[in-house]
Amino acid sequence: MDIRAQVSMVFHLDKCIGCHTCSIACKNIWTPRRGTEYMWWNNVETKPGTGYPTLWEDQGKYRGGWAVHKGKPKLKLQGRAGALANIFFNPYLPTMGDYYEPWTYHYEDLANAPEGDDQPVATPVSEITGRDMEIEAGPNWDDDLSGSYIYAESDPNRLALTPEEREVSFRMERLAFFYLPRICNHCLNPGCLAACPAGAIYKRGMDGIVLVSQDKCRAWRMCISGCPYKKVYYNWATGKSEKCILCYPRQETQQPPACFHACVGRIRYLGLVLYDAKMIEAAASVPDHELVSAHRDIIKDPFDPEVIARAKENGISDHMIKAAQSSPVYKFVKEWRIALPLHPEFRTLPMLFYVPPLLPVTASMKDGIYESTGEFFGSLENLRVPLRYFASLLAGGNEAEVERSFKKLYAVRVYRRAQTAGDISQKEVSRVLEAADTSPEEVEAIYKMSSLASYEERFVMPPFMREAAIEAEEEPSRRKTDAGAGFISKLRRGI
Amino acid sequence: MSDTVYFIAFPYLALFAALGGGLYRYYKHRFTYSSVSSQLLENRMLFWGSVPWHYGIILILLAHIVPLVATPFWIWLHADPTRILLLEVIGSAMGFLAILGMAALILRRLFSLKPRHATSIMDWVLLIDLAFQIALGFYITLYYRWGSSWYLFTATPWIRSLAALNPRVDFVNELPPVVQLHFVNGFLVIALIPFTRLGHLFTVPVTYLWRPFQVFIWSRKKNGYNETGGIYGK
Ligand code: SF4
Ligand code: SF4
Repeated sequence: MDIRAQVSMVFHLDKCIGCHTCSIACKNIWTPRRGTEYMWWNNVETKPGTGYPTLWEDQGKYRGGWAVHKGKPKLKLQGRAGALANIFFNPYLPTMGDYYEPWTYHYEDLANAPEGDDQPVATPVSEITGRDMEIEAGPNWDDDLSGSYIYAESDPNRLALTPEEREVSFRMERLAFFYLPRICNHCLNPGCLAACPAGAIYKRGMDGIVLVSQDKCRAWRMCISGCPYKKVYYNWATGKSEKCILCYPRQETQQPPACFHACVGRIRYLGLVLYDAKMIEAAASVPDHELVSAHRDIIKDPFDPEVIARAKENGISDHMIKAAQSSPVYKFVKEWRIALPLHPEFRTLPMLFYVPPLLPVTASMKDGIYESTGEFFGSLENLRVPLRYFASLLAGGNEAEVERSFKKLYAVRVYRRAQTAGDISQKEVSRVLEAADTSPEEVEAIYKMSSLASYEERFVMPPFMREAAIEAEEEPSRRKTDAGAGFISKLRRGI
Repeated sequence: MSDTVYFIAFPYLALFAALGGGLYRYYKHRFTYSSVSSQLLENRMLFWGSVPWHYGIILILLAHIVPLVATPFWIWLHADPTRILLLEVIGSAMGFLAILGMAALILRRLFSLKPRHATSIMDWVLLIDLAFQIALGFYITLYYRWGSSWYLFTATPWIRSLAALNPRVDFVNELPPVVQLHFVNGFLVIALIPFTRLGHLFTVPVTYLWRPFQVFIWSRKKNGYNETGGIYGK
């Protein structure tokens, strides 16, 4: 056993209202600079849909993540020599057209317009060329499906569905959608890291946050292809790749990442887990349908004395072990097993887990009343978004994993409704709980963590004590220069 | 006198600038080392520019460096007319490839809006100087035949004499002006290294061939962990 600590995350999709507050919080802090305008380290997409950059899930197009080759993980992108051969031109790099051309507006036109009969308008101007432009796409262009089924129709996960399912569930008037907020998953087997020819990307030993060393990056841009989630972005102005840093400077001062802190739906949970680094390679090599359970097995019980002893051997402090013991992520992922990794079949072992969204999926309108209960278990096959879709999104095709999640979430709903509205019989409640293989205690705990959890319960961060170390030496604000990455000198791109 | 300036003083100055400037920049402003790729902004023309340019110029560069360090081998290569012919043909083809690539790169920077706006003055200086250098080289290949042979007996001993700190201009001062210009401009390209993106040439990521696939970096040393440690994929 080689026990290490990892900051990991849970997003509870039932609670996401698609407000994009998270994206704005991130943008304001980290990516309002030249060269980063098009980057959204945090983005929220509508699912089914094509996402940002468009069709990022389609690895036939981008070659992200890993395949299994002779029982071991191998980058889909290329081999070691291939990286050097493709260095002058990366055939699988998304270009600006796959994201969007960032723009601002001639706001001064509003004030300077001559008097006239018409309202003045501010025309759009490209943030790259500085010229007037036509806006053709944006980072959330298909928000709420844009009133069209075309984006949903092009969702790569539709391939998992039968033609009938596709026909029935993607019909416009039946179409149910939900939101998928995405940030870097700070994977245990990151494709970005493995693909970087310069060796500029690394995991921080103490908490597993994946970072791009701005000093070592040489713009070989293989990380962008290597990450199947397209969560490394290339700054064309500085010639460096950049990515979500999980707000480590905030965490080091006991604040959750900005997107977590700002989240209106309070869908986000942050906590440490302890895992066995020895098991990474094996877990990334199992067949698709076993991936979720293999991934879960890497995460170890923080109360197990053996695990604690090994953790201490590796220099993990008591503070951190204590934080791991009260981690909300551990509960969602290991104890209740209702949070699942996004596209585990990419085999990067992502450490951001999603509780699948029950509500838009089972709810319906009856006589103008929004109805969220009803016969559920008999109709798992008839969900408004098919189970197979979620299995493709969150379980490497393993429907049993998603089914367990949905059943438990449904049990929580029925149990609570019986308590508060009292219109469900005790017999029915027991039947639902039994079918979901859960207990009143567990259901109660899930309910509390989902609905009532306080700030301290949602974000459990150990003290890193880094702020003390830095402050003793220098004024911390000196590090806030325009690269936002911790340099003291002012940054320019390479001449 | 002017020979001394062109063939002794300038080369030393260029090398000093490249080495001193390059090292200073590496240790003081490492952030600025980058190939500053613009593939994100424009993809199609880059393919027709960057690929032929790089493959062409790398082989040509090798044909300029190998004779300097492995002179006997290069002499042996030239001991046979078929081999010379082969070398000349390959060299010309690579030169042609590099010229095509360079033309595409220049057109791209001129006419593709996004890359154009991401181009600095020094990018232009470098691009134009490289284009000039390779045009000179290609001209020499076409109009002064068997250049690869006489390179061995003119430029090679001259550069070796520079390296031995015993500079001799008599190997090169009688050569045609175009050839001399090619030499001097070659050292200008070297001098440009620390002032342009050309430094990326020295950061070719060969370590990728053997580095571990997963890398951890600790901020402090602890119980047997080095500061950097890989888990697998060595
Ligand atoms: S999500 Fe992408 S960028 Fe983030 S660690 Fe995983 S592979 Fe790297
Ligand atoms: S802030 Fe929270 S609720 Fe709003 S879109 Fe982001 S994740 Fe969803």
